[in-house]
Amino acid sequence: MSEGKKQAESGSVATNGERLVELYRKMVEIRTFEEATQKGFRQGKVGGYLHVYIGQEAVATGFIDHKQDGDKVITAYRDHAHALLLGADPKEVMAELYGKGTGMVKGKGGSMHLFDVERGLMGGYGIVAGHIPLGVGMAYAMRYHEGSEESDEDSMVQLYLGDGSMHNAAFHEAANLSGLWGKEGWNPCLFILENNQYGMGTSVERSTAMTDLAAKFDAYGIENEKVDGMDLEAVLECAERVTQKVRETGQPHAVDVITYRTAPHGAGDFFEKYRTKEEVEQWRERDPIGLLEKKLLDREAVTEGDLEEYQNEARETVNEAVKFADESEEPDISELYTDVYAGADEYMGEE
Amino acid sequence: MAESSETRTYREALRAGMSEEMERDEDVLLMGEDIGVYGGTHLITDGLIDTFGPKRVMDTPISEGGFTGAAIGMAMMGLKPVVEMMTWNFSFLAADQIIQNAAKLRYFSGGQVQVPMVIRGPNGGGVQLSAQHTHSLESFYGHFPGLKVVAPVTPNDAKGMMLTAIRDPNPIIFLEAGALYGTKGEVEDGDNAVPFGQARIAREGSDVTLISYGRQVNLLLRVADTLADEGIQAEVIDLRSLRPFDEKTIVESVQKTHRAVVVQEQWKWFGVASEVAAIIQEQAFDHLDAPVERVSGAEVPAPYARNLEIEAFPGEEQVASAAKRVLYQEVV
Ligand SMILES: Cc1ncc(C[n+]2csc(CCOP(=O)(O)OP(=O)(O)O)c2C)c(N)n1
Repeated sequence: MSEGKKQAESGSVATNGERLVELYRKMVEIRTFEEATQKGFRQGKVGGYLHVYIGQEAVATGFIDHKQDGDKVITAYRDHAHALLLGADPKEVMAELYGKGTGMVKGKGGSMHLFDVERGLMGGYGIVAGHIPLGVGMAYAMRYHEGSEESDEDSMVQLYLGDGSMHNAAFHEAANLSGLWGKEGWNPCLFILENNQYGMGTSVERSTAMTDLAAKFDAYGIENEKVDGMDLEAVLECAERVTQKVRETGQPHAVDVITYRTAPHGAGDFFEKYRTKEEVEQWRERDPIGLLEKKLLDREAVTEGDLEEYQNEARETVNEAVKFADESEEPDISELYTDVYAGADEYMGEE
Repeated sequence: MAESSETRTYREALRAGMSEEMERDEDVLLMGEDIGVYGGTHLITDGLIDTFGPKRVMDTPISEGGFTGAAIGMAMMGLKPVVEMMTWNFSFLAADQIIQNAAKLRYFSGGQVQVPMVIRGPNGGGVQLSAQHTHSLESFYGHFPGLKVVAPVTPNDAKGMMLTAIRDPNPIIFLEAGALYGTKGEVEDGDNAVPFGQARIAREGSDVTLISYGRQVNLLLRVADTLADEGIQAEVIDLRSLRPFDEKTIVESVQKTHRAVVVQEQWKWFGVASEVAAIIQEQAFDHLDAPVERVSGAEVPAPYARNLEIEAFPGEEQVASAAKRVLYQEVV
């Protein structure tokens, strides 16, 4: 870190200047990483589907900052940021996207299925809403041994879901279970609704009659609130408060995080008939990285020079990741038959 | 082999398997609709809530996708949930969870995750429940690598395979012979775990091999009795486990008898019998003295009327005729 940077008011994590700068750097790294993945996609090096997190960075950054050791994170296919924030090596993430054997799941999952169980990432999933019940089940498991020595009473699940997933049965069934089990203190699950206002090209207004998504959790006895997902400080304040509540009570909680994906839904989507350029432009003005930069500069927590340095650092990290991914070997063909079954018969179908 | 045994119903054997494993392993828990206070629609879990409490014998709402998915999450965290499908028919509501998550998670996580769970419940028909409540799901689930599919028919296997299923680190599709819950048999006391992937020779014979699984095995045994009266010695094989699959026992039997009939309650098209017939053809072609016959359910949704239902499933006469055809004793 450079000289000349003054510490903003310390105290709450949300307003601790040094912490904010650190998180700013993470957000820049995620943004740079995502831009590189888009480039890789256009070059044909990243295959399949690619969903980037551009515009939504403050959401996962704010919440994962409050993740403790035993906590778990589960999310859908827009999962690169979550992996990076949990400490995954950008090289391994990029290599996974490039379909290489050095990827974080050995090239078997790709962009939509990043896992880093050791660091608490229980996966990215490709079926909209299909992962929601899993997260609720994980939370149940965390309070299962309550009172015994094995007990894990401090842990919780961060369950990320999209606004589009809330109209699927799996969401409603899982939310009901979570609320029900939560009454006993058996479901420390934080529903983090990444409300980017669109499921592909269908806006919230066009997917539900009742557009107050937070309020839908009322139906299942789950306390809920909304937060401005473009303002990292607001997210941090919320995350600190609600994670503590969920941990202590074993009850679920939902946060409707209002955010916006400025990138297209998928990297292959060139035409965006469902929204106007003006709308996207308006949201860009509230870009979470831009907002934070402005705050940090206003508070003299950083200089323009610092910002440039951070951006260069991120570029270096990401370039290295791309180089690593590019130069890595494809998975060995023998990997085709591994990891099908656990235990002695790793694969049963082969001679 | 255990020292002692006692006569138990298939239902009691399943319950014993679950409760003995719950005693041994605190991570095992049961989930399902009405399995607790009510005692289970089929009374499989009757009384277990009194022993283990509502946290380990959990009554769930009617939301198959939700609770099966939640169980997968629990399993990913190291618990060993045993989920009851009130009948396997309802598993279609949970099929997304079972196939897209449970079966594939280990693979698409590059081996980082495992899903040690059992999904169990009555499979097949025979009790006049008609189209939406009569379904044999063995080839549906047997199609997916990542799942194991087993179908015990004797009470001893019901308990022994339940122990194995719960201890297995993979998602297990445990297809119970629903129509046989009340049937009795000797069940070995204590840990009688039955390994998967080993077929059982239910009756030895030298003239023709009759192959099936689930409740049809009892049908085959009855047919074998009748055939014996006519001087035909049929060997009856109970597959027990469809994935993993015991090719060896089948091939050896066909090498001995040179003739095979494969019987299934489910539809013929894309069924288990096709797979078994293909394996015999691939591995024992030179030993065959006749084409392998398949006897299957009628290609219709299951009817309600008793007579129609009987007609829809393989019967003794159909199987006996098929056996005689492969022995060239009966002309088509
Ligand atoms: C069950 C299912 N139906 C449809 C799709 C295709 N699909 C992929 S992403 C998506 C939109 C989901 O939107 P949302 O949950 O809001 O997440 P976001 O992409 O905005 O992050 C759809 C319809 C799918 N993957 N799964």
